[in-house]
Amino acid sequence: MTDDSSTGQGPRSDDELPRPVVKHPRVNASLIWLVPVLAALVGLSLVVNYWLQAGPEITINFQSAEGLDAGKTPVKYKNVVIGRVHKIRLSADHKSVLVGVSLEKSAEGFATQGTRYWVVRPRIGLGGVSGIDTLLSGSFIGADVGDSSAPQSDFKGLEIPPSVNHGAPGRSFSLHTDDLGSLDIGSPIYYRRIQVGHVVSYQLDGDGKGVSLGIFIDGPNDKFVTNSTRFWNASGIDLSLGADGLKVNTQSLASVLAGGVAFLDPPGPHDSTPAPELTPYQLFADQATAMAPPDGEPHYFRMRFEQSVRGLTVGAPVEFLGINIGKVVSVNLDYDEQKQRFPVMVGAVVYPQRLGKAYDKLETLAKARGESPDLTQMIGRLVDHGLRAQARSGNLLTGQLYVALDFVPHTPKVEFDPNAKPLMVPTVPGSFDKLQEQLAEIVDKLDKIPFDSIGKNLDQTLAGLNSTIKQVNGNTLPELKNTLQGVQKTMGTANDALSGDSPLQQNLGSTLQELQRAARSLRVLTDYLSGHPEALIRGRRPDATPTVDTTAAPTPVTEPKTGSQP
Amino acid sequence: MSALPRASELGLIGCHVCGLVCNGVADDGDSGNSMACPRCGCALHRRKPTSYARTWALLIAAFIMYIPANLVPIMRTASLNDIDDNTILSGVVELWVKGSPDLAVIVFTASIVVPMLKFLVMGTLLVSSQRRSGWAQPQRAKLFRLVELIGYWSMLDVFVVALLTALVRFNLLSLVAPLPGVIFFGLTVVLTMLASMSFDPRLIWDGRDTND
Repeated sequence: MTDDSSTGQGPRSDDELPRPVVKHPRVNASLIWLVPVLAALVGLSLVVNYWLQAGPEITINFQSAEGLDAGKTPVKYKNVVIGRVHKIRLSADHKSVLVGVSLEKSAEGFATQGTRYWVVRPRIGLGGVSGIDTLLSGSFIGADVGDSSAPQSDFKGLEIPPSVNHGAPGRSFSLHTDDLGSLDIGSPIYYRRIQVGHVVSYQLDGDGKGVSLGIFIDGPNDKFVTNSTRFWNASGIDLSLGADGLKVNTQSLASVLAGGVAFLDPPGPHDSTPAPELTPYQLFADQATAMAPPDGEPHYFRMRFEQSVRGLTVGAPVEFLGINIGKVVSVNLDYDEQKQRFPVMVGAVVYPQRLGKAYDKLETLAKARGESPDLTQMIGRLVDHGLRAQARSGNLLTGQLYVALDFVPHTPKVEFDPNAKPLMVPTVPGSFDKLQEQLAEIVDKLDKIPFDSIGKNLDQTLAGLNSTIKQVNGNTLPELKNTLQGVQKTMGTANDALSGDSPLQQNLGSTLQELQRAARSLRVLTDYLSGHPEALIRGRRPDATPTVDTTAAPTPVTEPKTGSQP
Repeated sequence: MSALPRASELGLIGCHVCGLVCNGVADDGDSGNSMACPRCGCALHRRKPTSYARTWALLIAAFIMYIPANLVPIMRTASLNDIDDNTILSGVVELWVKGSPDLAVIVFTASIVVPMLKFLVMGTLLVSSQRRSGWAQPQRAKLFRLVELIGYWSMLDVFVVALLTALVRFNLLSLVAPLPGVIFFGLTVVLTMLASMSFDPRLIWDGRDTND
């Protein structure tokens, strides 16, 4: 602010106009160019900032873009936004959707191999409900980072969220089973009825002959999975009718509906070291089979049944003295040219280990004899002792058959070829079949009886009988009536004769009196004779007669007794 | 040369503020000295000093700011299940699509047409004046007045964002928040206004070589 008057001369005097005050400039006018430079700097800083913040761009391949929104849908890991969808387009073949995601700079580690992406949507299943919060907030893409650090920019999105996050405490195992049953991803796994894990994946085996299940047991309970742990399918309701009554066995209501797996260590001494990661296990159908001792190596043999095996199905048990030692694996019809018959060839596998101690003993005995402890040898010996296979009825209602290996007494000897492959075990008809045969024989015999002629004869006989009866009715009966009347009359007469006031009675009475009198006189006589025995020769002195003595001699023994009674 | 004489040709200089006319000094600008009105003390100059440079500089700065203003989102509207970040253009498109074409036109005019128009007009004025072109001088003068007039209205977007941010605060249900884009846009508007202020309209007429 310095006033300067160096130029303050001249025109003022001419035009009487004031002269301006001349000042030195305060600022250089070119400083104004700082403004655009500053603006450019700000713009540049924005660009740099954007460039620095921009993380890797990845493309995720999904089946559908349902719920995804370009520019909005976030990518989250542990509920922290690590990126955002910026572009959604169809793949070249229109089969899937390519979702472009720009990750944040700090999330570079998510553009690596092994990272998994999936869309989190509300899901309602039998196993539970998930992703409810996305109903309000909209779907988002979930991420789970893997181990690898190799960069990758194209990912295949999962259609189902993985049930286990990477690095979660716990261990994975694999289960092998014949079929999946009602199990699904997320099906619970129980240990003593406490849920300790779940099924994370399933896939068919390479040969298509089984299913492999991936399971994850959450820590710290994963230590309960040991080398000898048995897994079984705990889906549904396990109903068993035993000697102690009806038993219903389930894990939980959820497992009844959605399926589940349970595991436990077998009872008794076992190896209880925790199993290493990814140990394969067999998934048994139920707890009973799971807890059974190990089956050991299966042995295959064949049986030839001459009779019908209706009711014998594949899977039917093979029992040895009532102990289940195997199962039927095939039932095939064969044709015997010589006998012109159709035998049924039944194949079965048996697990000799199921015989337990008996097998061990047989084995040691065989060794002691110096034979090879081979099953064929053993079976050969047993067959010599009468071991036969029989198709027996296991259930009278359904007619299900099972194969019973039993010692049948008094069976004819059969040839046993220990070198045959597969081994043939001789059979005998089942008890039921025997009964059937006997019944058939009886029926045959019954058939031979001439029921026709018997009937005819019987008919004639009956006709004759009929006429006889008629005759009896017509003729004999009236006569009989007369006879009976006669008899009645006779009886009446007899009655009359025997009654107290009948003349016969009176006559009899008088007769007896007479007899009494006679007896008395006889006694007099005998008394007299005993006093006078000479009277028999000389006679009674004046009045005795010899004739009376001789005639009266036999009567005295009987008459006095009868005569003395009345 | 029948043209009317210019004040500079007569050696006169007028004060902007108090209107005092002084005897001008021949060499202003280049000598590095500046004059002040002897009456009111206001700076005296025949034309606004370094008008071209200032205008150019401010216009370029405004244009640089205009790029992020359009690329960076200016407003976030969050409703129950939806978070929407909108740039100016996407906001216009959304308004149009969602059934308010009239509002869309207004916003488009205020936020896109007006700033672009200002850039074009100021650029044209600067170029033509620097070349001392005598082309359509009255129309150019009118254009300049138009730019001065509509300059403020470009702030519409900024006001909308400011108002909505203050009014719509229903935490979960609905929320409007300003985003950095609105700052750049505001800077653009301010810089263009400064640019048009630093432009001396008398420069338009400097190219005149004939009398009117």
